[in-house]
Amino acid sequence: MSKFLLTNVSLLGDTPTSVLIEGQHIVAIGADAATVAENSKGAHSVEEIDCSGLIAVPGLVDLHTHLREPGFEASETVLTGTRSAAAGGFTAVHAMANTNPVADTAGVVEQVWSLGLAAGFADVAPVGAVTLGLEGKQLSEMAAMADSRAQVRVFSDDGKCVSDALLMRRALEYVKAFDGVVAQHAQEPRLTEGAQMNEGVVSAELGLTGWPAVAEESIIARDVLLAEHVGSRLHVCHLSTAGSVEIIRWAKARGINVTAEVTPHHLLLTDELARGYNAIYKVNPPLRTQSDVMALRAALVDGTIDIIATDHAPHTDESKDCEWSAAAFGMLGLEIAASVAHDVLIASGASNWHRFAEVLSHNPANIGRLTQQGQPLAVGSIANLAIIDPTERHEAVSTQSKSHNNPYVGLKVGGKVVHTIYRGYFTKRDGTVAATGRSHTAEDTVATAKEKSSK
Amino acid sequence: MIKHLLSSADLSRDAAINLLDIAETMAGVNDREIKKLPTLRGKTVVNLFFEDSTRTRISFELAAKRLSADVINFSAKGSSVSKGESLKDTAQTLEAMGADGVVIRHPASGAAYTLAHSGWINGAIVNAGDGTHEHPTQALLDAFTIRRRLHGLSATGKSLDGIKVAIVGDVLHSRVARSNLLLLNTLGAEVHLVAPPTLLPADASGWNAQIHYNLDEMLQQVKPDAVMMLRVQLERMNAAYFPSEREYARVWGFNADRLALLGAKSLLMHPGPMNRGLEISAAAADSPNSTVLEQVSNGVSIRMAVLYNLLSGERSIDNV
Repeated sequence: MSKFLLTNVSLLGDTPTSVLIEGQHIVAIGADAATVAENSKGAHSVEEIDCSGLIAVPGLVDLHTHLREPGFEASETVLTGTRSAAAGGFTAVHAMANTNPVADTAGVVEQVWSLGLAAGFADVAPVGAVTLGLEGKQLSEMAAMADSRAQVRVFSDDGKCVSDALLMRRALEYVKAFDGVVAQHAQEPRLTEGAQMNEGVVSAELGLTGWPAVAEESIIARDVLLAEHVGSRLHVCHLSTAGSVEIIRWAKARGINVTAEVTPHHLLLTDELARGYNAIYKVNPPLRTQSDVMALRAALVDGTIDIIATDHAPHTDESKDCEWSAAAFGMLGLEIAASVAHDVLIASGASNWHRFAEVLSHNPANIGRLTQQGQPLAVGSIANLAIIDPTERHEAVSTQSKSHNNPYVGLKVGGKVVHTIYRGYFTKRDGTVAATGRSHTAEDTVATAKEKSSK
Repeated sequence: MIKHLLSSADLSRDAAINLLDIAETMAGVNDREIKKLPTLRGKTVVNLFFEDSTRTRISFELAAKRLSADVINFSAKGSSVSKGESLKDTAQTLEAMGADGVVIRHPASGAAYTLAHSGWINGAIVNAGDGTHEHPTQALLDAFTIRRRLHGLSATGKSLDGIKVAIVGDVLHSRVARSNLLLLNTLGAEVHLVAPPTLLPADASGWNAQIHYNLDEMLQQVKPDAVMMLRVQLERMNAAYFPSEREYARVWGFNADRLALLGAKSLLMHPGPMNRGLEISAAAADSPNSTVLEQVSNGVSIRMAVLYNLLSGERSIDNV
């Protein structure tokens, strides 16, 4: 069994210490770790890794990733997507359902789950479609997906909104049977017909059809009221407007069981970038204004927004290298999320590494009910860690994804992921992603890293 | 000198006035018996039209021919574009054939900008209308028409300082309105927009113009020197922008009653083609105030000026 001793590593910004990892668990921390390591020398070799100046956080968990497989392997596969995840410090990703075929049956979610297992770069938790074929007409067989080997707990028609109020109500009620959650892509379809970018000063000038904030906010307002009425758990994907923040804040104050996410790009980029008609900045929901960005940042710090999720959306070159209205919506995010979170929470002085771990690990793992992810950095926990150099500012590159629609090109960001440890295995070491993934062993009792919940 | 004409915003005040002045010279050529200059002999101009627009295309075609350029018309209908060829491939094909200038009309806003900045093609790009964004040569010919009407033979060198222009109709979807707004601002005119609130941008705070919902009040209070009527696309009615043609014509159409409110010397303009009886009545369209046909002939002079400005002389080395 492999053993690693991380030395001089700061856990969440605390005084540097040592962490001993054996197999897929953290077995000792602090002076203890060094002693245990010393004692076991000889029998097994312990590899020491100096982490001076580096910060360890629990392995990052993404609630919103498009891995594109099956169906769109030209833009991403489970393997390339999870390699990208490993590069960004993630040890688990939720694979969105808008594949082809759509992940609306137990068969498809099990396929995606087993592809993740075979790749070995991160736990892959498939998201199931709420409605058959994402068509918003008939519920998919969510219980079958929940009971499958993939043990789906998050359901979403992401890319499309469950706009029918009755269907949304039923979905919210139905998933209670297996402690599931509906993750809503909040977009009123009639208000966004042909929409290309945020409706505002810039869209007026560019002559691009507007995607108004109210189209997002009206659905969120409806959904939190529905969730309250039926007593269900609701998750709202990719909040993009200051108004959405206000509604979530109100709903939480009222005791409604709602969680909300924000993407790295909505924390950093604005609709001003559309001015050059470069479709690399075309995304759904669209980039908004600077005041929206500031409201989202404040909400992330004060707890109104629970998580950062990437909405990593790979697209082929040809679907971006064209006129704006013909281009696909979406941008890469897995390899940038930690850096954006670092800049927004840490470098800005607005918050700390504990909040960083909450929004990128503990909270998304909890929402997705991934019990083997987002664990505290403590003895006995599964060894999922991201180890970050907080000082190094670097070019925001994307190296592992099959696609190149990285909107951060040319930006310098802080918080570089140096090592990613996934279940005791280095998927990234000294800045380089491993050639091969982790082989799963008999030790992995529940391979999706999830215990069946029967609350 | 600019390399492309993509937006009215590309033109400084001096550059815009200079273009209008060149167009005055071109208008002189168009009045001659032999309406031809050798200026662009050996140059190739491609009219790349992804949308039907016979008027704009033949205006550019005539302008290029009067400057002795070789002209190729590439229309999306019946070409490989309808078989799914991308803008990129079309552009690179034209580049390989050695186009010096590309006049592009495209249904997507920003298509001309993308063509000019993508590196797909080196020739000069003229935006002949991109989606609901801009149509800068229309704005130039409109400014030219206003300047000629108001200043006559002494127009050369003049701006539009202090001139009041009202743009009426579907501002939201109008590339003519956007280009005119910018150019009129540049030339010193005061711009008024009149439209049903559904056909104005939700946030027009970035625009240097006064907004009105009532055409009669605007005519009485502002006393505009020129009124530009925009064409109404009938599909807007089905998308609930306004209830019916009848109501639109009554509230925002230019009819004989409104003609009476217009000063004798004020211009009544329309980019064509007109929906007679909808945004403009026959009495108004055929009145002495109407400049519809002047706009058409001025369009040729303006497009000659633009092509001359962009294509005469040597191509810059750094882009070859």
